[in-house]
Amino acid sequence: MNRFLLPLSIFVVVVVFLGVGLTLNPREIPSPLVGKAAPEFSQPQLYDQEKIFSPADLKGKVWLLNFWASWCSGCKTEHPVLMDLAKSGQVPIYGMDYKDEREEALNWLRRWGNPYPVIGVDQAGRVGINYGVYGVPETYVIDKHGVIRYKQIGPLDPGTVETKILPLVKQLESQ
Amino acid sequence: MIPEIGHFALILALCVAVVQGSLPIYGAAVGNSALMAIARPAARGQFFLVLIAFGCLGYAFAEKDFSVLYVAATSNSQLPLHYRLAAIWGAHEGSLLLWTFILTVWMFAVTLFSAHLPDTMRSRILGVMGLVSMGFLLFMLTVSNPFERLIPAALDGRDLNPLLQDPGMVIHPPMLYMGYVGFSVAFAFAIAALLGGNLDAAWARWSRPWTTVAWCFLTVGIAMGSGWAYYELGWGGWWFWDPVENASFMPWLAGTALIHSLAVTDKRGGFKVWTVLLAIMAFSLSLLGTFLVRSGVLTSVHAFATDPKRGLFILVFLAVVIGGSLALYAWRAPRVGLGGSFAMVSREGMLLANNVLLVAAMGSVLLGTLYPLFLDALDLGKISVGPPYFDSVFAPLMAPAVFLMGIGPLAQWKKANLPDLAKRLRWAFGVSLVTALTLPFVMGKWTPLLSLGLLLAIWIVTTAVVGLRERLAHVDGHGLAGRLAAVPRSYWGMLVAHCGIAVFIVGVTMVKGFETESDVRMNVGETATIGGYTFRFDGTQDVVGPNYTAARGTFHVSWDGRETTILYPEKRRYPVQNQIMTEAAIDPGLLRDLYVSLGEPLDDGAWSVRLYHKPFVDWIWGGCLIMALGGVLAVSDRRYRLAWRKQEPAVVPSARTVRRKVA
Repeated sequence: MNRFLLPLSIFVVVVVFLGVGLTLNPREIPSPLVGKAAPEFSQPQLYDQEKIFSPADLKGKVWLLNFWASWCSGCKTEHPVLMDLAKSGQVPIYGMDYKDEREEALNWLRRWGNPYPVIGVDQAGRVGINYGVYGVPETYVIDKHGVIRYKQIGPLDPGTVETKILPLVKQLESQ
Repeated sequence: MIPEIGHFALILALCVAVVQGSLPIYGAAVGNSALMAIARPAARGQFFLVLIAFGCLGYAFAEKDFSVLYVAATSNSQLPLHYRLAAIWGAHEGSLLLWTFILTVWMFAVTLFSAHLPDTMRSRILGVMGLVSMGFLLFMLTVSNPFERLIPAALDGRDLNPLLQDPGMVIHPPMLYMGYVGFSVAFAFAIAALLGGNLDAAWARWSRPWTTVAWCFLTVGIAMGSGWAYYELGWGGWWFWDPVENASFMPWLAGTALIHSLAVTDKRGGFKVWTVLLAIMAFSLSLLGTFLVRSGVLTSVHAFATDPKRGLFILVFLAVVIGGSLALYAWRAPRVGLGGSFAMVSREGMLLANNVLLVAAMGSVLLGTLYPLFLDALDLGKISVGPPYFDSVFAPLMAPAVFLMGIGPLAQWKKANLPDLAKRLRWAFGVSLVTALTLPFVMGKWTPLLSLGLLLAIWIVTTAVVGLRERLAHVDGHGLAGRLAAVPRSYWGMLVAHCGIAVFIVGVTMVKGFETESDVRMNVGETATIGGYTFRFDGTQDVVGPNYTAARGTFHVSWDGRETTILYPEKRRYPVQNQIMTEAAIDPGLLRDLYVSLGEPLDDGAWSVRLYHKPFVDWIWGGCLIMALGGVLAVSDRRYRLAWRKQEPAVVPSARTVRRKVA
């Protein structure tokens, strides 16, 4: 093959991928997991590494699972929203510290505040794979039977919390 | 009425662009000088039409015309005038208008400074730029019209994103776009040369100042963006490897490689094919950056509203422009022939190695940016690539490039003698090594990275001194001052730009090595000490801004009992979008920044507070400005001023003979 065609060939490949990329919306991929049981895990907790965090402990509760990391700028954006939501006490938010350094995660929480009653650590990202995490932050609404009811890709904003998350939580609570 | 005038001006500009993109190029191909002569007036006409459109949008913002959808979406009646004007580029439609406007500014500049170019070359260059602007005008008029009406008009606007309400917003995007879009000139030169088949040293000489100017703008633009993130995001970082940052950094890397490659083509006639490819690459990456930012294929902190139609349009445009140019390249480049041969150890060889490293670094940034997308498209899972990847890939590629940067300017063209080079550089290396190893101990802490960073920075400076000394020995002039003045400005430009890198490296190294931070709960009257400075918190007051309310903290900072400064960090709430912003307070200094930002209010007037002591952090941006200054010096070199004054080139190869030569 003519070596001068090489740049063109590489570019064609990139364009094909970009084209496919356009059809995938990184913020609103319908998760195949919605309506299915939340994948099990048992991960060490961030603060007390001896303890285990597992969804099994939360059966009978409606709760949010929030994947975050100290290196993630979107998590900073959504953090005030999580803090407000946690303060309102309407639904507990459990954290999953995703592919992060423990020290930095602790610093981050000390600096910005901690909205989570319990935080699991997913250093290798295995839990993230099982949950189909595209990128942090992502938030899952899980019902009393441990079924995923909603998935938010990207930062939560006050609008989404008011119009989607809280009504859904109320409805699930009453079931 | 005014917005309609703007809209109409854009439609007219599109018509002009169609003419400009077709007739002059055809005229150049068949040797019709009447058709070629259209290029210049068309380019100027297009500039004035887009200027009118830009002015109309500015007027709509200034007059708070909320019957224009875009104005209602990105401004508010409470927003101060300068931010209302900056809101022109506060979102998608206006950014495109700015992009197109700056493209026409560059076009206009080409018409002013191209008297020395052959007619065929100039008409091809303007024709190619006309085609590019045609694409953008079409994009605006079909799917992103900034003048779209909102009937009935909104009572008030939704306001500009508070993150963007900052002096940085007024100046950063125009600077960045001047750089981005400026590479379109080098691109148009390259395509024109490929079309004409005259890829010669003259082509490189003409391209050089344009490329350098665009590069200077881009350098300053990126530095300003980084500085803005540093004080606006409130957590003291200066680079996040965010996809949007990468989108501006990749053209910079390619542009840096291009500048060096153009030097070889200009001086030695070598690297022609490679230079053309780099010119295409630099602009393609600018377009790719626009696509990544505007189409929403990647998630980023720079969250923009996205519309799939827009993404598709840019992708098709991208495919046509870049695909077309690369196809032209594949067709024409094999006939260009190679330049003179050179040994691996020679200035060419080192510039080539440097180029390869820069392009490899660019490729790794590109890979990291697009990797999540690739995996997702192949259904292999969803990942995010964070700073750890970029830090571990980028630094090892750049370290040898910086090392070569010291040697390259001292090596002879064609073939250099390695033992001789080693002899000339031994004391520079010795000084660098000894200083780099001992200095950290003097400062109280040693790590390998600290020494490496200092070694590279001192190496650049010492080799620059060696190079300058040797240079001075060979120029004529009375005394030292006379000889210093006899050194050409382009050489000074290179030295200054390289020293800018050294300053930048010192900044990065010292910040990474010595910064200290502290997150504390502070009661009113309480003090905290960091980096030798004592901060006393004197409580917060409520203040009211034009479109926000804020809690403003007062911190008295002292060193050794003497007051250094008073800092006023703020926590602002913007009611229209109900967003909270942290305004850090910074006391900048040559050797250190003191940085205070408010966290959360606690009980009894206490706050959680973040304090940073950042040694040498301003050197990071200072280094970038010095680099850009080097570029300005290089462009002001005597030979360009002479070239522009000259009306006719010495030898004008006509289009026909050149084509015969190529064929």
